[in-house]
Amino acid sequence: MGQSLFEKVWNAHAVRPLSNGQTQLLIGTHLIHEVTSPQAFGMLRDKGLPVKYPERTFATVDHIVPTNEAVEPYSDPLAQGMIEELRKNCADNNIKFFDTNTGRQGIVHIVGPEQGITQPGTTIACGDSHTSTHGAFGAIAFGIGTSQVRDVLATQTIALNKLKVRRINVDGELGPGVYAKDVILHIIRLLGTQGGTGFAYEYAGSTFDRMTMEERMTVCNMSIEGGARVGYVNPDETTFEYLKGRPYSPQGADWDAAVERWKAFASDPDCTYDDVVSINAADIEPTVTWGITPGQGVGINENIPAVEDGATQSERDSIAEALEHMQFDGGVPVKGTKIDVAFLGSCTNGRLSDLQEVARYLEGRKVADGVKAIVVPGSQVVAQIAKELGLDKIYTEAGFEWRGAGCSMCLAMNPDKLIGDQLCASSSNRNFKGRQGSPTGRTMLMSPLMVAAAAVTGEVSDAREVFGVAAPAGV
Amino acid sequence: MASTPIKQVAGKGVYVPGDDIDTDRIIPARFMKCITFDGLGDYLFYDVRKHEDGSDKKHNLNDPRFAGAEIIVSGNNFGCGSSREHAPQSIMRAGFKAVIAGSFAEIFYGNSTNLGVVCVTATDIDRKAIAQAIEANPELEITIDVNEHKIWFGDQYVTCDMRPGARDSLLRGTYDPLDELLEGAEAVSETVAKLAYM
Repeated sequence: MGQSLFEKVWNAHAVRPLSNGQTQLLIGTHLIHEVTSPQAFGMLRDKGLPVKYPERTFATVDHIVPTNEAVEPYSDPLAQGMIEELRKNCADNNIKFFDTNTGRQGIVHIVGPEQGITQPGTTIACGDSHTSTHGAFGAIAFGIGTSQVRDVLATQTIALNKLKVRRINVDGELGPGVYAKDVILHIIRLLGTQGGTGFAYEYAGSTFDRMTMEERMTVCNMSIEGGARVGYVNPDETTFEYLKGRPYSPQGADWDAAVERWKAFASDPDCTYDDVVSINAADIEPTVTWGITPGQGVGINENIPAVEDGATQSERDSIAEALEHMQFDGGVPVKGTKIDVAFLGSCTNGRLSDLQEVARYLEGRKVADGVKAIVVPGSQVVAQIAKELGLDKIYTEAGFEWRGAGCSMCLAMNPDKLIGDQLCASSSNRNFKGRQGSPTGRTMLMSPLMVAAAAVTGEVSDAREVFGVAAPAGV
Repeated sequence: MASTPIKQVAGKGVYVPGDDIDTDRIIPARFMKCITFDGLGDYLFYDVRKHEDGSDKKHNLNDPRFAGAEIIVSGNNFGCGSSREHAPQSIMRAGFKAVIAGSFAEIFYGNSTNLGVVCVTATDIDRKAIAQAIEANPELEITIDVNEHKIWFGDQYVTCDMRPGARDSLLRGTYDPLDELLEGAEAVSETVAKLAYM
């Protein structure tokens, strides 16, 4: 009987069973950043342990970097201390660091793929839950805690329970103005924020077959918001095309051998899954969240749920808590909700194609009065190419602030924060209470083009109407 | 060197109501600008406990009746969101030894167990009974028996569950896996040798 990609990669990296029944799993590629690694290096120093395979760890700085301040020392001494600590830890341990002066710094989940470090058939760990992003390449990639960062640095392995695999088929063509972000928000709405606990999600079907790598990354990125620590897409020609010629991709004769090897990791047609879910792409609408979990989403033409719409007491309690925080009435259309801030960026939607797609429609439009709009490229490479294409001018002429690369207002560990109870239309991945830096701040998650539509109208809007998005002629 | 085995944990409880208590709520990101975990206990559930002006909200975590509690009782999908170990570190450093929830997010569960913070699941009905018993008598000692999968409160008990591996590693004191992982160095080299990309 055939095996899934998850099983094949797991088996290739399983070192041995541990005494408690867990598996000692080899981590082929380890990514680190400034927030969750310093304590791990400290633990190694305390124990007198070296970094075992320094060439398999790659570092960048993303969470705390200011996006409107390029010169150090940063005005926040805590942020300055964190970047210096990472610099020192990388230098002391011979770890490759994509520092701010390299032109290659950025959000770790954008840097890995664009440098060709993220490859099919590998295991990838990082002290960040959105590491699932790298699964878009057919890697088994997941977030780990800081003690596990220590474990990887010291042994290149961690102790882990094997996951079950749920295949999620999405078939058919997405409608015009419907994006990868809507696909994953739809999936989480359908399966819930804990539906994926204990599972790896295998995304498949004709909709995924047609997606670009950047679109696949957007979906895999938010697997963890559905409770799934791992989300992946089987590698195919689209994957190989993306990786070819990247700095860390295999070159020359090694390339052909690598592609053959990568192909063999794809799930076998006759493999079985622990669960299978099928979704019709035509049922997916531009989706926005109205609450305080990524599962609290509705189609743009639906109403915000009312408390009595909850099927159980616990659901009713959750809706009530969300409506209170969001200052929303239940049972009214989500469309027309006034916004204060528009944030375009993050490891979910801060890639070049996100910025290009919005720019196509934004040219000649203006951000509404009273709305603060910022666009934060996911990496210095994205920023550089976007500038070469003139995208920065389109954004600034429309009234967006064009910023430097980083995580920025996705989690507001840098100066980019909501103030008071501001409401933000955001292309990021979490709408938790206080996520964007103000305890009373409010976040509505949506696709980049929906963020742009909200920015130019000043309210949550259907981007298809605002920008006249239509199916290409002949479809 | 193995860690201290944990066969049971006992202490006063505090009920933190709500499902989907995420890691940003357990420890807001703005308190993670640090290079050690020291002092994180002060910021546990900061925005749940405090108004923006720093004054206390009305919440069980601020109620003097539950001061000194060592066991958190909460809802479903506890610890969802980020992989930040700062979350269980802040729980541990605030003096809590265990969390009883309806369910846990995957990464949080692993991070907590590695630190020896005991995470057990119990049904909605059973957690409600425990929460009511705490409310009626905040001094009530709650005991989680890791070996027997039981939560005792007063003269009653309910059954609880743990993930595969967690119970065993708590009982044996191997929940911090580093020593065992280091012992596998030779097997690691063999696995590395078989992987073309390593």
